[in-house]
Formats: sequence, structure tokens, C-alpha cells
Amino acid sequence: MKTSIRIHSLLMAGLAFLAMSCDQGNRAGNGALSSNIAEKVYIAPGERDEQYGFLSGGYSGNLTVYGLPSGRMFKEIPVFSQFPTSGYGYSEETKPMLNTSFGFVPWDDLHHPDISQTKGELDGRWIFANGNNTPRIARISLTTFETEEIIEVPNSAGNHSSSFITENTEYVVAGTRFSVPVPQRDMPISEYKSNFKGALTFIAVDPEHGHFNIKFQLIMPGFNYDLSHPGRDKSHGWFFFSTYNTEEANTLLEVNASQNDKDFIAAINWKKIEAYVNNGGGKKVPARYAHNVYDESTHTATSTIKEEVLTVDPSDVPGAIYFLPTPKSPHGCDVDPSGQYIIGSGKLSADITVHSFDKMLAAIDAKKFDGEAYGIPILNYDDILAGTVQSGGLGPLHTEFDGRGNAYTTFFISSEVVKWKLGTWEVIDRQPTFYSVGHLMIPGGNSRKPHGKYLVAMNKITKDRYLPTGPEMEHSAQIYDISGEKMQLLYDFPTHGEPHYAAGCDAELIVNNSKKIYRLDENKHPYAITSPAQAKVERKGNEVHIYMSTIRSHFTPDNIEGIKVGDKVYFHITNHEQDFDVPHGFSIIGQGTSEILIMPGQTKTSLWEPKRVGVWPFYCTDFCSALHQEMQGYVRVSPANANIELSWSLDE
Amino acid sequence: MKKASILMIIGSAMLLSLFVFPMWNIRLGAPQYPEPLGIDIYINGLRGESEFDIQNIDGLNHYIGMKTLPKPEEMWEFSVFPLVILAMSIMGILIGFLSIAGKLSSNWFLLWFVLMSILGILGMYDFNQWLVAYGTDLDPNAIMKLLNPDGTPMKYNPPLMGHKKLLNFDAYSYPRLGGVLMGIGMIFTLTAYFIGRSKVIKTR
Ligand SMILES: [Cu+2]
Repeated sequence: MKTSIRIHSLLMAGLAFLAMSCDQGNRAGNGALSSNIAEKVYIAPGERDEQYGFLSGGYSGNLTVYGLPSGRMFKEIPVFSQFPTSGYGYSEETKPMLNTSFGFVPWDDLHHPDISQTKGELDGRWIFANGNNTPRIARISLTTFETEEIIEVPNSAGNHSSSFITENTEYVVAGTRFSVPVPQRDMPISEYKSNFKGALTFIAVDPEHGHFNIKFQLIMPGFNYDLSHPGRDKSHGWFFFSTYNTEEANTLLEVNASQNDKDFIAAINWKKIEAYVNNGGGKKVPARYAHNVYDESTHTATSTIKEEVLTVDPSDVPGAIYFLPTPKSPHGCDVDPSGQYIIGSGKLSADITVHSFDKMLAAIDAKKFDGEAYGIPILNYDDILAGTVQSGGLGPLHTEFDGRGNAYTTFFISSEVVKWKLGTWEVIDRQPTFYSVGHLMIPGGNSRKPHGKYLVAMNKITKDRYLPTGPEMEHSAQIYDISGEKMQLLYDFPTHGEPHYAAGCDAELIVNNSKKIYRLDENKHPYAITSPAQAKVERKGNEVHIYMSTIRSHFTPDNIEGIKVGDKVYFHITNHEQDFDVPHGFSIIGQGTSEILIMPGQTKTSLWEPKRVGVWPFYCTDFCSALHQEMQGYVRVSPANANIELSWSLDE
Repeated sequence: MKKASILMIIGSAMLLSLFVFPMWNIRLGAPQYPEPLGIDIYINGLRGESEFDIQNIDGLNHYIGMKTLPKPEEMWEFSVFPLVILAMSIMGILIGFLSIAGKLSSNWFLLWFVLMSILGILGMYDFNQWLVAYGTDLDPNAIMKLLNPDGTPMKYNPPLMGHKKLLNFDAYSYPRLGGVLMGIGMIFTLTAYFIGRSKVIKTR
């Protein structure tokens, strides 16, 4: 065992050396000082970017919105993590969004955003994202830029080959990275082999409202399902998952899952399985998972625990699943815009493997198999190979496309992006990244119609790229102009959390649909008030409900008496503004949750549990007007046994 | 004569566009309002150029103690103006038809035009009175009480027509489609008079 580790680290050292020598050769040609590069990323004050970029925040649990090419960050959208800036996950309305079968889980590891599509082209309606840790899939509205729905994925663990969508947003697909006992049970870890399973989950998306419903879970052999992509155009109807650990190791995977020369890309004919399920196929099994939906009209989320899921055993649907042998623990599994090429990036390899969809179908037709694994036929590597890209780099991870016949692959170990030609497999250009790039993103680059002008490389290591900020630094991204034959490095920008992937699109797909306010006359929140005259305070036992409104620049009411120590005080605040970009905030001394930021026309609720007698101030946290500092009020808190009547007022 | 009469009918009928399109517009732009706030003035009431503009203008004006913008029932003008416009339009059309029938001479066109002009000037005078009252009759407890350099209280009435700087706001006041069509219609009726007169002279 020890020697194998030593050999392994020696090999890594060798790779690093190679990588460095590659870099040396490239750096000279990079004239980042030339002024025409500056012009390409310069967005003059008041002007706006051409494209949106949505970068995952990794362990921040959130999604960040950037402008391209400027690299300016516009917003952080809370998805799987509590977010004091808006009160997401703290307000009474949004707490249910983070409910799971494990209870309230206030964070996750957000990895792979994907924008909804129609006919294989981005439609800019929603963006989907996966929580990797406590398996969840989220849907975020691109009109409000708010998280509208989160569904937990049962029988899954390490929800990594997610959240990729089929070309008409029929399904958002979630595959498990870690195989686990299905159903979960108490058993020895050492009995992993053939007992653990990998669930691949197809979540149907309602075409009108986007609502989720788990259509079926495919219970696959106990490999690690790393990344996935849908077939598109000619291969629409198929889904491809890269796998590693086909060795089914349960310890020291670094070594033990790197033994097989080839792992698999699993090709799944989901249309076939869908038909099987529609005809009553599959087995309903007990499961527990949360389904959380945010309603824009009530401004409130509800969480429902579901008790059952439909599973499909691959052996019950013969002819729906095949394994494509792919060298060296493939990570990225990407499909070109025509749907013909399936690109496997063996992350321990120098070469990129490209499978041909046509050849795959031909081999399946001819029943030319090279054995099977758990009853799933394995195709012959040579029969399906379209070509290999002799890249000269090391550690390919992920590929996207520009729609002009070119592919761009990141190389983690040699720290570069390589541009190559589909069909001829020749390398056209290579540019270093700073440093150790993970994924890259070309807006629309995983659709039938890439908006291929810029490429964003998301790097794992920052080191010396910015002024130092102590041991911990934000990750760094680089933007390249890919409109010419050679890629041109334009700009570095820091990113938030750890972006694992991103999605992007032309700005016009989104700008005109972006909401400016919520209409007060459409507010159906049960505690909303549409006029300050309706403001009131009600007591139900030790619960006190305050119906409050805000307008520049006062709260109605702003003097409240009759609250007692031990009460649970709910401040239900409706923002009566109907003007773009005029939120009001609410905070009160000793607030054990967070402040809340209430958008125009919206109602939000903050729970406050006063612990001490006194007169306690509250105030608006958002600088809303010239009289923002005056936007304050007082709550009188009396002893628990006091008999002060409830009263409330404004300007009396 | 027939041509002139038809022009008279069209010109006076064009007043009816005021029931569909705004007559006048006042627009307020400021650094924090890159998309300006606007009031469209119709003969029967005020409407925001964007849905919530009236509410937002009132919200801003409360700082300087201005009254809220009037609802239709709060100003007699919004019920009287539509009647006057309707009556004038019908009268003009009637004059046109009667002149085709040879019952009236083109002098009636001029009479109509003069009457309409007097009413228009009265309307403008009334509108300006309101603007001045709106901009100067301020709440004594206003949050911000601003003075001119000479110590007199600042006035906030928007211009009757044209541009005026009001604190951080640029106010613009111009006719809109309804008002423009009314103006063109009136020019038509005047033109009808001149055409009619020249015909009469020729036939003599
Ligand atoms: Cu405020």
C-alpha cells in the first residue's frame, strides 16, 4: 500500500513539472498590456454588459450573477444557504425552503447551474442548480432572480452529476456521486461491492410553472456518477453520465478507484425509460424527501415531505442503457451542439476521448458488445470511438463549444484551456490559466446554439493574482475572447465561494423580463396590509402578530406597547412602495434571526423573542431616502406578568 | 366650398381624439430617476405615464409639503372639459354639414374657430392657475422648507410649457398626441375658412 502511494505522488510531481514547462512556453505570447484588450472588457459608466454569467458559489450554497465581459458581480442569489442580506432562510416565509428530510439544513454546496432550454436553445426562463451535499435541486426564476423551488433527491448522496436539463426542459437530471445502500440501512461498509447503488434521478419540470416532480429514479450499479449531459438535436432522448470508481472501492479511492484503465460513460435512453414508466413500469418504494415551493403571490414557501418514489431497475428495461468504455476516470461528459460527439475527459490522462453517437447506435444495432456489467451491455471502445485529441496537456476536465465547430477543454494539471477542432481533432490553440482551471463556460456553450464570444475559465487556485488577503482568498476567473482563431486572455476577476460551473446567455434573453416591483394589489400574503389604515397588533396567547407597513420613510405603526417578555413577536411587514429599487429593511435589537429586506409590494416576517424588559428600538436597514435615519420605532416590553394593554400608533 | 366643409368636419372631429389620447404631459427626471416620472393629463383626469408614477410623484412631493395630485372627482374641470369638447366638436361637425347643404356660409367656420380659441385660452389660464396653486400652496409642516436666495419660500410649480429646474428635478411640460391633434384640427378649421372665403370671392 505504502509503495503505491509513493509511486502515485512521484507521478504527480512529474506531472507538475511537465505542466510548468508547458506554461513557460505559453506565457511569452500573452500581451495583456495592449490597449485593445482593455477596450474589450471596458464597460463605460452607465453602459451595460452584453451577457449574463451565472457562477455557482460552491460551498457558499449560492449563485452569483456577473456581467460579461466586465466581470462585475451584480447579485448573489441565495439558494441553499441562509442569507442575512435579504433574510432568506431567516424570514418565516423562506425558512421552509431549506427544509429537508434531515430537518432544517441551512447550507449546501452548489455546483452546476443550467439555464432552461426550448428546442435545445436557451430560453432564459429559469436556472437550475444542484445542492451537492444534502442532495437537492433548485429552480431559480430569471424574472425575479429568486429561488422558487427546491426538491430533495432521495437515495442519492453527493448530488454531483446534476442539474443538467434536457433540450426542452422536460427533465432536470440529478445523479449521485457517492453510491449508497438503497434503501439506506445499517450494514458493514466493507460490503459495498454490489450492495451499494447509484441513483440517477429524472425530475420532470412542468412546462408552464416549472414545478418539479420526480418522474423516476434509475437504480444503477454502485459506481460514482461524476458529471452528465443530455444528448441534443440528433441524440436528444439520450443522457450521458461519466463514471469513476467502477472498481467499487470503498476506501482510499484516490488509489483504489484509479486501477481500471477504463471507466464508463453510461448512455441512457431516457425516452425509452419514460415510455416504460408511462406504461406502468417501475416500482414505487418508500422514501422521504422534502419538496419546497415558494409562491410569488403569497411571498411564502411551503414544505411538503413526500413518502414515495418510483424506481426503475435497469435490467427491467433492456436496450435502454449501455456503457461506453472511457479511459482514466472521466470527469466531464459533454455533448457537442450537433449531438453527434460525446466527449469524455479522462482526468488522469493527456488525451480527450470522443465517442460517436452514430457509431454507438450502429454498435447497439449490431449487438457488438464487449461483455456486460450488472447486466448492462458494454460497447467496444474501438467501435464507438470518433477520435482522440492528442492535446499535449494533462488532466482534461470539461469541454464546451462555440457553435463554429470548435471545442474548448480545460486542463487542470497543466493549467490551460485548449481549443481543438471537432472532426479533425487537431489542436488549434492553447492558453494558460491562472491557476489550475476546473470548469469553463461559454454562454450557451452546452446548448444547440452557443453564444460563443467569450469563455470564462474558473480556476481553483488564486495564489498571487490579486493583492493578498491572508491565507484564504477568493477563487479567480479569467475571461477570454474566443471570437478569433486564437483565444485572447482579456481579464481576471475574483469569484465568490468556489464556482464549479456556470451558465450564461445573451443579456437580451433576460433584461426585458426582469421584474422591477411586486404589485401590492396582487399580494396574497395572509398577513399583508394594503393600506396603513389596516395596521394592527393582535395577540394569540403568547404569540403577537404585528401587521406593519412601510413607505418612505416611516413604519406604521412605529410605537407599540403591551409586548411581554417571553412573547413570540411576528413582525409582518408589507412594503407599500411601488417604485423600482426601493426596498425597506427591518431590524430590531436582539433579533436572533437576521434583518429582512422587503421589496416593493412584498410582505416578509421576522420573528423576535424579547428576553428583557425595556423599550427597544427597531429601524430600517436600507438607506431608502433622505429621511432614512428617521425611519425607526419603539417597542415597549413589559414583564411577563404585566397587564399593559396592546396598543399601537403612528403620530398620535 | 365642399372641400372647405369637409376640412371643417375633419378638423372639429379631431377634437374627439382628446377622449383617447392625453392632452398634455409633465415629466420629471432626476439623477435617481433615469426613467423619468410622468403625468399624462387627459381631459377627464390625470394618469401616470407608467402605472405607479402618480403614487411615486406624490410620495416624493410629500417631502416639500405639496398636496397629492387630484383625483378626477377633486377637480370640476375633469367633468366640465369633456362636455365642452364634445359640444364644440359636434357643433363644428354640424356647421360643416350645414355648409355643404348650403345653409351656412364659411364665416361660421371662423366663428367656431374664435370661440374654440377663447375656450382654449381660458383652459390654459385655468391649467396654469392650478399649476401655481399646486406648486405654491404647501403644507406648513412640510419636512423640507426651502427658501429662494431672497428669503421667499421656493415654488415648485412646473412650467406651463417648456423646461424648468425644480431642485434636483428637471421638469418638462409639453402637449401630447391629443393636444397636438386638437391643435392641427383647429388649424384645419381656420384653413377651411380661408378656402371657403376665396371660393366665395372667386364666384363673385
Ligand atoms: Cu426605509
